[in-house]
Amino acid sequence: MSDSNKILEELTQSDYKYGFVTNIENDSAPKGLSEDTVRFISAKKNEPEWLLEWRLKAFRHWLTMETPTWANVTFPAIDYQDIIYYSAPKQKISLSSLDEIDPELRATFEKLGISLDEQKRLSGVAVDAVIDSVSITTTFKGKLSELGIIFCSMSEAVHEHPELVKKHLGSVVPITDNYFTALNSAVFSDGSFCYIPKGVRCPMELSTYFRINAANTGQFERTLLIADEGSYVSYLEGCTAPMRDENQLHAAVVELIAMEKAEIKYSTVQNWYPGDKNGKGGIYNFVTKRAICAGDHAKISWTQVETGSSITWKYPSVILKGDYSIGEFYSVAVTNNMQQADTGTKMIHIGKNSRSRIVSKGISAGKSQNSYRGLVKVMPRAENARNFSQCDSLLMGDQCGAHTFPYIEVGNPSAIVEHEATTSKIGEDQVFYCNQRGIDTEKAVALIVNGYCKEVLNQLPMEFAVEAQKLLAISLEGSVG
Amino acid sequence: MTTDHLSLFIMLSIKNLQARVEEKEILKGINLEVKAGEVHAIMGPNGSGKSTLASILAGRETYEVTGGSITFEGKDLLELSPEDRAREGVFLAFQYPVEIPGVSTINFLKTAVNAIREYRGEEAMDAVSFLKMMKEKTKVVEIDETLLKRSLNEGFSGGEKKRNEIFQMAMLEPKLAVLDETDSGLDIDALKIVANGVNKLRSKNNAVIVVTHYQRLLDYIVPDYVHVLYNGRIVKSGTKELALELEAKGYDWIKNENTAV
Repeated sequence: MSDSNKILEELTQSDYKYGFVTNIENDSAPKGLSEDTVRFISAKKNEPEWLLEWRLKAFRHWLTMETPTWANVTFPAIDYQDIIYYSAPKQKISLSSLDEIDPELRATFEKLGISLDEQKRLSGVAVDAVIDSVSITTTFKGKLSELGIIFCSMSEAVHEHPELVKKHLGSVVPITDNYFTALNSAVFSDGSFCYIPKGVRCPMELSTYFRINAANTGQFERTLLIADEGSYVSYLEGCTAPMRDENQLHAAVVELIAMEKAEIKYSTVQNWYPGDKNGKGGIYNFVTKRAICAGDHAKISWTQVETGSSITWKYPSVILKGDYSIGEFYSVAVTNNMQQADTGTKMIHIGKNSRSRIVSKGISAGKSQNSYRGLVKVMPRAENARNFSQCDSLLMGDQCGAHTFPYIEVGNPSAIVEHEATTSKIGEDQVFYCNQRGIDTEKAVALIVNGYCKEVLNQLPMEFAVEAQKLLAISLEGSVG
Repeated sequence: MTTDHLSLFIMLSIKNLQARVEEKEILKGINLEVKAGEVHAIMGPNGSGKSTLASILAGRETYEVTGGSITFEGKDLLELSPEDRAREGVFLAFQYPVEIPGVSTINFLKTAVNAIREYRGEEAMDAVSFLKMMKEKTKVVEIDETLLKRSLNEGFSGGEKKRNEIFQMAMLEPKLAVLDETDSGLDIDALKIVANGVNKLRSKNNAVIVVTHYQRLLDYIVPDYVHVLYNGRIVKSGTKELALELEAKGYDWIKNENTAV
């Protein structure tokens, strides 16, 4: 065995940093899923009748559906009766100040590097912290509301802003869209809601931090973000979970709506527990994210850094309805050990002169499988639509797999669609070159990988970019064979 | 003078070095001593083992050392990892420098400089001092600063790549620099600039081994000693005149002489 292989063996065993469990009392629903579960959740949240009906409709539809099997991933059948669908940390019903948050919870977020204290935050980032099924707190709410910006938990939005929720919930991702969206619509527990009024440029990054804590629970959150005409918002999302031997299901739905001339930047650093190196445990991350450029000149960018989860199944998409609208997708997906990822995007061109850009960087190590799956669709009336796609795969070692599934459907002859793809390996030559300049193999791999992902990492807000770089290095330590 | 005392002046000592790639024997007993302040040229026809020797000094795993020893400043070089050799002060200017997309030369060198400093127990260099040092060194090797902001070696011309190698050498300030066919693929102007850079970096404290096929580089980097490598052995050693003789007579001279023996 060569030295670099030894380093590989040693370092792929590096521990998942966020695998701890917080000891807090939970208020949970009994295991299993039925109409009663749906009613239980809705009652817990004191929801209006229309929302309960909406949930029940989703649940009944879900019963008629089957788990999709087209993705390039394999996993045993999920027993939906063995999951807890609602789990909330027990604490006072309403918090008048941050001081009333359970100290254990507060400590949890400190440990994750997220301060919930507004005054302690260096840069302006407003945080909505979601643990298991509920939102714990949202910071900077007061300051944001002065500008008319609404940033709160989904539960709160249902009560405080029912007209907005009712109008937009499920408008981008219909409940019947797919198996997991139907499930999510039936049992979603919380998530973030955000509305940026006309002409307002949100002065700080908005951020939701998701944490799964309780065992045997699924997390089904729902995010709805509306940017009204001429507004701008940059939104960040981060996620971690404890290390557990069982797989846990995370089936979220994210909907973004950008009106005329509005711009939304949505960034994700996904670091759910990936399972151990033999593939035991880890999160099944089955997420539906979709955005619509509803008005002319609207722009939506998805940026994702996916390093965690045992299985990732996720295609953040943009419906380019408005003329001159722009959709972007920047992705780094890393798989190591036994992880599987099937991720990509869909760009649906409806508006004239709409443009889209896809930059996907896949990195596979260990025995993992990493697939890019993307659709570029140009509808007949989308005159002069433009797309550029760049899909690169980087292989580390010889036991992993990288796959690309690009689908292109063009219904208008004036469209120009470009697709470029490359596959490369981190060469021993590159590592040796770094070694010869005094850089050890571990640092060399981090350097090379960060260089490879630079185009995507550059899209992230500064604070996140640094975190993402470190995360990439940790996820891939020693993966050169 | 005792041998111990004498060895203080010897930076690099190669004794009876033998090495192979897979089943093929390439080096069949190399002996070489290099003292601080000296420039040694190693010449020889293609396939004689010149680049193998350079790679082994740097610690490339492709080659298996089957016998002999290499001592660098009193340390067993063969026991050290490639990165530790670099940190001890061994530098290899590559014949074919690799490309690292998305990583600028500046970023790359900052990582390298600080890794070396850490090894030596020194504090990491701050951005201001680093940039200042970089500015000074760009003048030494006449390299354009915009080149240093681009991805390392990506889309560089042959000359730019080699100049970048010498720039890295200037930044890392090695004790022993091994230039592996640094002249290959260079036109005369580029050759002069590269040689000029090396000359400016020469001092009584460091040593240079110039591996080359042609004599012409030695017009600009004047060696103290010239060794001719043939078929895995050093078959002739001399001063710079040997290089000229070799140029005049060609490698067949060496080949005939050695097959005749």
